[in-house]
Amino acid sequence: MSVWLSHHLHAFVLALKRLAGAPIGNLLSIIVIGIAFSLPAGIYMLLENLQAFSRQVSGAPQLSLFLKLDASTDEVEQIESRLKQHPKIASFEFIAKESALEQFKQGSELADVVDTLEQNPLPDAFLINARSLSPGALEELRAELQSWTNVEHVQLDSAWAKRLDSLLKLGRLAVLMLAALLSFALVAVTFNTIRLQILTKRDEIEVSKLIGATNGFIRRPFLYFGAMQGMAGGLAAWLIIFLGIHLIDDELMSLMQLYEIDLRLYHLSPEDSLGLLLFSACLGWAGAWLSVANHLWQIEPR
Amino acid sequence: MISFSQVCKRYPNGFNALKNIGFTLEAGEMALITGHSGAGKSTLLRLIAAIERPTSGSIIVNGQNVSALKSGAIPFLRRNLGMVFQDQKILFDRTVFDNVWLPLQVSGFAPKAATGRVRAALDKVGLLDREKARPITLSGGEQQRLCIARAIVNRPSILIADEPTSNLDADYARDIMGMFKSFHQVGVTVLIATHDVELLGSTQLRIFELNHGELAT
Repeated sequence: MSVWLSHHLHAFVLALKRLAGAPIGNLLSIIVIGIAFSLPAGIYMLLENLQAFSRQVSGAPQLSLFLKLDASTDEVEQIESRLKQHPKIASFEFIAKESALEQFKQGSELADVVDTLEQNPLPDAFLINARSLSPGALEELRAELQSWTNVEHVQLDSAWAKRLDSLLKLGRLAVLMLAALLSFALVAVTFNTIRLQILTKRDEIEVSKLIGATNGFIRRPFLYFGAMQGMAGGLAAWLIIFLGIHLIDDELMSLMQLYEIDLRLYHLSPEDSLGLLLFSACLGWAGAWLSVANHLWQIEPR
Repeated sequence: MISFSQVCKRYPNGFNALKNIGFTLEAGEMALITGHSGAGKSTLLRLIAAIERPTSGSIIVNGQNVSALKSGAIPFLRRNLGMVFQDQKILFDRTVFDNVWLPLQVSGFAPKAATGRVRAALDKVGLLDREKARPITLSGGEQQRLCIARAIVNRPSILIADEPTSNLDADYARDIMGMFKSFHQVGVTVLIATHDVELLGSTQLRIFELNHGELAT
């Protein structure tokens, strides 16, 4: 146990020394990784903010149910009682076609035109609040109501919120793809850094093997180095986003105030931040592992 | 204990470095391997440390069959061997102390215990006052002594040395040979490859003479 611990401590310290030993080169690598990672992480942060914002403004989405024009009073009452018994509906409000026409007259400049109509063109309608507000459940309810007899059309008022939601989903997919691509960049950067290190440490590796070092002993400092560099890159990405938020937040706030919208940017949540650091550390480790696996066997004592 | 039986080593290019070698060196014995250059002295020593594998035959070192050793077990075999290499293999990017410390680091010694052992090894070869020096500042003889210190710091039961006195003038060479003899006297098995037999003077040592890969009897 103590041997195991001392080996790991040795590897850890050695990796730290190597990181500090070439500050400029390593800093540049870390910044490259940071920039590569700040892109998907930054877009993810924006999406999270946008989603929080959409939740805040859209409120409770309503369904509008329009009856057929020729629906009789009996048929209207029948639908009303069905709505009352429906388990997925929280509340509803009936809007008779006469009052709808009245509202329309008041709210529009076309009152004169409406007066010339022989017949009320508006149908009876219900405004419905559903129990479940998830887009899927709302859509299901809409389809169900649509299939009832005497129902002309059912409209989901939150259609735009839904559109935003699917737009966000698309955005998240894009972030995922971007992150996957740039992850390769991180692996490649680490792979090359470690390759160079192995080449410059050739003598040390050879001598270590000759005096009884296991492959694990030789591999470990490189793996630690890769993980550290990756994590430092993740931290750089986090700082870049932090700086970006700081720079645009005030401007964004004053812009949004012109539209009377209260939108503020928030940084990644602690969980997401931790995830970012761990993910980049894992990728660094993977890059180092690939590099070591590829190059270490080439250095056998001759 | 080192035991060779019917060992052949043929390189991929068809060169037969060793032909049907068989001998046994008991624990605590000291022996020399001599012969012209290219006779197979280095190859023989490298087979003991599993740096190379024999084409056929078996090699037993301390009861382990080296020729059949899995590659994962090789590091642990080497920790029981002290080796002085022909090309020295000193690391010039660190101090004398750190060079000698490396074998202990590799086998996971606690730093405190390791420091004591490194000093003891440096003291035995007379380099204690140079522990902070860079190897490049040492003379040829001192560099060779550094190699010996690194070979014995693990307190191995077997010490093998490949041409430890080449490139040294006679005084230094005698000095180095004396050191090996003193290790032999405390019970270490010592095997040295050299082309410089006169150096040993009149001591009664076993001598294996290699001639074109064959052991002369």
